[in-house]
Amino acid sequence: MKIIAKKPESLTGAKYHYCPGCTHGIIHRLVAEVMDELDIREQTIGICPVGCSVLAYDYFNCDMLEAAHGRAPAIATAIKRLLPDRYLFTYQGDGDLASIGMGEIVHASMRGEKITTIFVNNTLYGMTGGQMAPTTLLGQVTTTSPYGRKAEWEGYPAKMCELLSINEGAAYVCRTAVNNPANIIKTKKAIKKAFQIQAEGLGFTMVEVLSTCPTNWGLSPTDALKWMEEHMIPYYPLGEFKVKGE
Amino acid sequence: MQRVLMKGNEAIAEGAIRAGCKGFFGYPITPSSEIAEYMARKMPALGGVFVQAESELAAINMVYGGAATGSRVMTASSGPGISLKQEGISFLAEGELPCLIVDICRGGPGLGGIQPSQADYFQATRGGGHGDYHIIVLAPSSAQEMMDFTMLGFELADKHRSPVMIMAEGTLGNLIEPVVLRDAVTEFVDKPWAITGCRGRQPNIVNTLHMPVELLQTRNQHLTKKYEAIRSEEIRSEEFMTEDADLILVAYGIMARIARKAVINARQLGLKTGLIRPITLWPYPYETLGRAARHCKAMVSVEISTVGQMIEDIRLAAEGKVPVHYIGEIGRTPNPEEITQQLLAIAEREGLR
Amino acid sequence: MARGVVTFYSDRCKACGLCMLFCPKQIMDFDKTSINSLGYHPVSVAKPEECNGCGICALMCPDLVIEVGRE
Ligand SMILES: Cc1ncc(C[n+]2csc(CCOP(=O)(O)OP(=O)(O)O)c2C)c(N)n1
Ligand code: SF4
Ligand code: SF4
Ligand code: SF4
Repeated sequence: MKIIAKKPESLTGAKYHYCPGCTHGIIHRLVAEVMDELDIREQTIGICPVGCSVLAYDYFNCDMLEAAHGRAPAIATAIKRLLPDRYLFTYQGDGDLASIGMGEIVHASMRGEKITTIFVNNTLYGMTGGQMAPTTLLGQVTTTSPYGRKAEWEGYPAKMCELLSINEGAAYVCRTAVNNPANIIKTKKAIKKAFQIQAEGLGFTMVEVLSTCPTNWGLSPTDALKWMEEHMIPYYPLGEFKVKGE
Repeated sequence: MQRVLMKGNEAIAEGAIRAGCKGFFGYPITPSSEIAEYMARKMPALGGVFVQAESELAAINMVYGGAATGSRVMTASSGPGISLKQEGISFLAEGELPCLIVDICRGGPGLGGIQPSQADYFQATRGGGHGDYHIIVLAPSSAQEMMDFTMLGFELADKHRSPVMIMAEGTLGNLIEPVVLRDAVTEFVDKPWAITGCRGRQPNIVNTLHMPVELLQTRNQHLTKKYEAIRSEEIRSEEFMTEDADLILVAYGIMARIARKAVINARQLGLKTGLIRPITLWPYPYETLGRAARHCKAMVSVEISTVGQMIEDIRLAAEGKVPVHYIGEIGRTPNPEEITQQLLAIAEREGLR
Repeated sequence: MARGVVTFYSDRCKACGLCMLFCPKQIMDFDKTSINSLGYHPVSVAKPEECNGCGICALMCPDLVIEVGRE
């Protein structure tokens, strides 16, 4: 019998603390499968954020470091500079990356740091109870935008791929989603491409993955997938925004 | 033995290189920038890493990452930048990551001025960051010590797995003095905890999150024990003519050199003075000061600060046994003659003359 | 036709239903007769003989519950 799906070696197998149907778990698995396929688990160092994925160091079966809120790209910068033949990835939520860590991610991409950022966009702050994030959609109700996000009050949702892809230092910038099997396969391909481009030393790489937060969206896990398709993808178009050399 | 003329800031940078520092991560700020500039010039040829970060927040987090790899790494800044670094220093303390943080102090609060100052004493010794922690703070008083304490700082950092701070006034950073160049360090401790990729071993994790209460308690108890060990092994201070002194000055850094001259002046005028110079600002030499408080009649804190910061530690050490006076100002460094005059006035008030 | 063998680590299942939603054979269901240590009715395959081993359920599962083999 041919095994076609099982736990990748690059995951410890520790049970996730994530809510039912939270797609953080899918994204973890995809990163780990890429590490397995490239056979780089022992050369990879991951940095986890402050956010729901703060405990990712318990889940990835490689050397891991837990960062202060938003600072993962700065930490990854130093590690990569000191250990240039290792693979570095940061795993960051949208509050972590696009709000408090906006400075660190913009500069890491401008410097062309040879790291891979997995940017998990679920349109709000999951861990702290569903507050507004820079990525919260217009009209979206969160605990700190109780009347729905309004452009004149809270400005417009941050499009990080569009923003970062204009930097010369960015070598690969791609947005994907994990709302259905086809998109999950595309997400994995993008993550693999990002790691490969990192290995080639072409510059900064990022895959933004649209992810669900059923709990704070107040939806069932399956309805959350539909909400992502109907509301997020139209505003956050999927695809490659930058591929250096192409 | 090679002796060269060097600025204090350059002596720090050269000392760091000789201590095997492999990464410098900084953001320019007067009066510390020469350290970054020196590292920017030297690091590439030495195979080291120099990154001018986008902010002090980024710089200290680069130190966090760099230290986690087991390499000797450092940053340097001044008051406003050190304020921003406090977040990272708290994480470094709990992550138990050895590194060197240099504070070449200027006056504050706010943007303050760029004149030399000792007004970062609270920030350095009380930990401006959150949580239960301490870091080792060394206060050099010459360009030579800028080099020596930098090298010592890296050693203590590795020994205790702790961030170490060098705190020096802007004067010292810019003072040009002869410096004996020390031999390069060639032996380093093993760091089996380092994050280097898990080839041939179980994965390592650097983490500061401890959600279960018992785990947080265990971690804090572990740190507390470590701080006790540091207190028992690393307190450093110097005494000058304290044995028969009625009036004991306490001063550190460049101020200690000036105060020493004032002690000699006052002795010539018949006033029995002495000097204690704390070298480690944390751990503080409370016992040395406490012993002195049992036989002197009064103590004086001499600081480059107007509100008086170290004076609080002197009062803690004196435990109310003797009055503790204050001489200090910001923006300029008092000279020995001025201090002598003030000592005479204090002696008058205390009935020592 | 290929035949699939699906193994569940049921103690990990959070009954989110993402696997069921995309199973092309629609042969998965919550096992209402059991409750796992997390407090959920875990998913199982009601008609194992119809499984084609496509692996889509495992692809969708966030919680590493499902292993799929193909004969
Ligand atoms: C300096 C700091 N500020 C605030 C917090 C509180 N906090 C924890 S997680 C978080 C937001 C996380 O949201 P996001 O990055 O979107 O990740 P998610 O939880 O949605 O995966 C905040 C604000 C913190 N830990 N540290
Ligand atoms: S709060 Fe949202 S993002 Fe966090 S684990 Fe739950 S579903 Fe996932
Ligand atoms: S392998 Fe395919 S057919 Fe079989 S249960 Fe899973 S999704 Fe259904
Ligand atoms: S996707 Fe996984 S966790 Fe969700 S119901 Fe299916 S098996 Fe259970």
